[in-house]
Amino acid sequence: MKQRIRTFGALALTLALGLALVLAGCEKASEKAPEKVAPSAEGGPKTGELKIGFVYTSPVGEAGYSWAHDQGRKAIEKLPDVKTSFAEAVKDGTDAERVIENMARSGYDLIFTTSFGFMDPTMKVAKDFPKVKFMHCSGFKSAENVSNYFGRIYQARYLTGMVAGLMTKSNIIGYVAAFPIPEVIRGINAFTLGVRSVNPKAQVRVVWTKTWFDPALEKDAAISLLDVNADVIAQHQDSPGPQEAAQQRGKYSIGYNSDMAVFAPKAHLTAAVWNWAPLYEAIVKEVRAGTWTGNRVIWWGMDKGIVDIAPFGPMVPKAVADKVLAQKAEFVKGNDKVFVGPIKDQGGKVKIPDGVKAEDKELLGMTWFVDGVVGSVQ
Amino acid sequence: MSPELILALLAATVQAGTPILYATLGEIISERAGVLNLGVEGIMALSSFAGFLGCHLTGSAWLGLAAGGLAGALLAGLHGVVCQVFLGNQVVSGLALTIFGVGLCNFLGTPYIGQATDGFHQFAVPLLADLPILGRIFFRQDALVYLSFLMPALVWFLLWRTSFGLGLRAAGEMPAAASAAGLNPQRLRFLGVLLGGLLCGLGGAYLSLAHTNLWTTGLSGGRGWVAVALVIFAFWRPGRAVAGAYLFGGVMAFQLRLQASGTNVPSSLLLMLPYVLTVLVLVLSAARAQSARRRGILGRKSAAPAALGVNIESVG
Repeated sequence: MKQRIRTFGALALTLALGLALVLAGCEKASEKAPEKVAPSAEGGPKTGELKIGFVYTSPVGEAGYSWAHDQGRKAIEKLPDVKTSFAEAVKDGTDAERVIENMARSGYDLIFTTSFGFMDPTMKVAKDFPKVKFMHCSGFKSAENVSNYFGRIYQARYLTGMVAGLMTKSNIIGYVAAFPIPEVIRGINAFTLGVRSVNPKAQVRVVWTKTWFDPALEKDAAISLLDVNADVIAQHQDSPGPQEAAQQRGKYSIGYNSDMAVFAPKAHLTAAVWNWAPLYEAIVKEVRAGTWTGNRVIWWGMDKGIVDIAPFGPMVPKAVADKVLAQKAEFVKGNDKVFVGPIKDQGGKVKIPDGVKAEDKELLGMTWFVDGVVGSVQ
Repeated sequence: MSPELILALLAATVQAGTPILYATLGEIISERAGVLNLGVEGIMALSSFAGFLGCHLTGSAWLGLAAGGLAGALLAGLHGVVCQVFLGNQVVSGLALTIFGVGLCNFLGTPYIGQATDGFHQFAVPLLADLPILGRIFFRQDALVYLSFLMPALVWFLLWRTSFGLGLRAAGEMPAAASAAGLNPQRLRFLGVLLGGLLCGLGGAYLSLAHTNLWTTGLSGGRGWVAVALVIFAFWRPGRAVAGAYLFGGVMAFQLRLQASGTNVPSSLLLMLPYVLTVLVLVLSAARAQSARRRGILGRKSAAPAALGVNIESVG
């Protein structure tokens, strides 16, 4: 009898553990979706209150990718009759689907899903809620009520590359890279082209971490680059790990997503940053006017002000800043020559011929490194 | 690779191996007492958060470390209760503990992501840091690394040179004999689990207090599982745990440096290296133990504790 009670007790405890775990797993996203009736009629201009939802892959925090999107959200919330809310730290897959569906069901007119991993969940929910408008960031699938958007952050990368190329003394620049996908590769290539435009002798060494946010590993990766004499560290991930490493060694760093100077004020030269407000405001205007359509790819650049570089650190000399700002002025004018040939790959083969500008399709599927990058593309 | 690079690699090896060393030693104590704890990964995850939180709230890295160790012991205590009091299956309970610990760490830790702490910093040990080669590798680290140098000897002393250790090992080899000798094997096992959890907790706290000074979830990153595997590699001996932990840390540090030095090997292959090594180590140590048993050379001495994973049924 005692034995049976014990077995039962053990079972109960295991179950309790399991239950606690399920609960812990479930209640991650802070959803603030209020109850509301079905969305109003679509097609024509939209009057009355607009409800706009945002889904973020990471916690908003105080810096980084989702924080940048949230700044855009705050900008449109200031518009009249606009109500926004967001769900943060939403995982890809079924978690995302549940969160997006919840928003669609509770009467949101427009939903921004801001991470590549939300692409399929967005498509799936969009199919069930044809009256809700969806904007998916950085993906490639669209529908009648789904459009895509992203920014030409590679222009900002090019500028930060120029800064790195002008500041390096060892002519070795380290790049802590996330995953070998076209978006990241394009960033490394644009950065390297920027470096080479001002310093043909410099090389960019790439270390892949296969993470988006792992401060410990990304810091280690930066240290391994500093160990091979890199004196400027650039990064793709959201974590300030690489910045921390560069500052500890008294070297320079370049941030990404948002101004990372707070994490390494002595090292941080500048950063490639997002500024989503102009795009988000334009989309809201479209929805208001009834001119919004699906099946579009919106890819804006510095000319529209959605990508930029962070203010230069005090260690950047005026001559360097002036040179970079002159190039920035070109981008702002809409003069984008980052991927204009001749551009060779690592093996010296010409990939983009002299005078030819790479098409967006080519950029979106980029899987090769330009000459000047040291590392494997896999 | 230049000599300077090799020294840097070895110093990074010691740092990367330290959290694994703590956890491996903890698991050795637990398994020596006869309790298999597959929850190390969960313990490390939760204590990395407890360590951060302790330091964040009090401003003291040492109090953070204490919080990490305490959280580790508490979570392991849960495993102890399930297995020792309710006689639950050790494997199932351990696995649940991992999922629970990682989940709880994510749940509690997510709001704090991105917060910086003033944890442990590297400092040079006077005199020793000036030693050629060794000084650069071992004595320009942080306080927790220095503490980890003493740990294997402490664990060895505890297990083989104290009567408490003798009783603990008896509880893991043959609880009936321990009972006959007037000991309480259940109590000894419970203490072993708590002590083991404490050490795993120190390993977890190391990650958030010394390895990086910035909180995020997911710091344990599979290191707990590596520790469980290394216990077998170490044949349940603290000395060999040092070799295993540094070997593993070395491969992790090496793959990053191989990429940084500009090799053209695909990074996916390199990132796989540490885990390939783990599998290899397990296969080799199992094969070696088998052949040794067949030839009767090492005998029972190097094999797993005889009553490992077996609950004590008839007490009370």
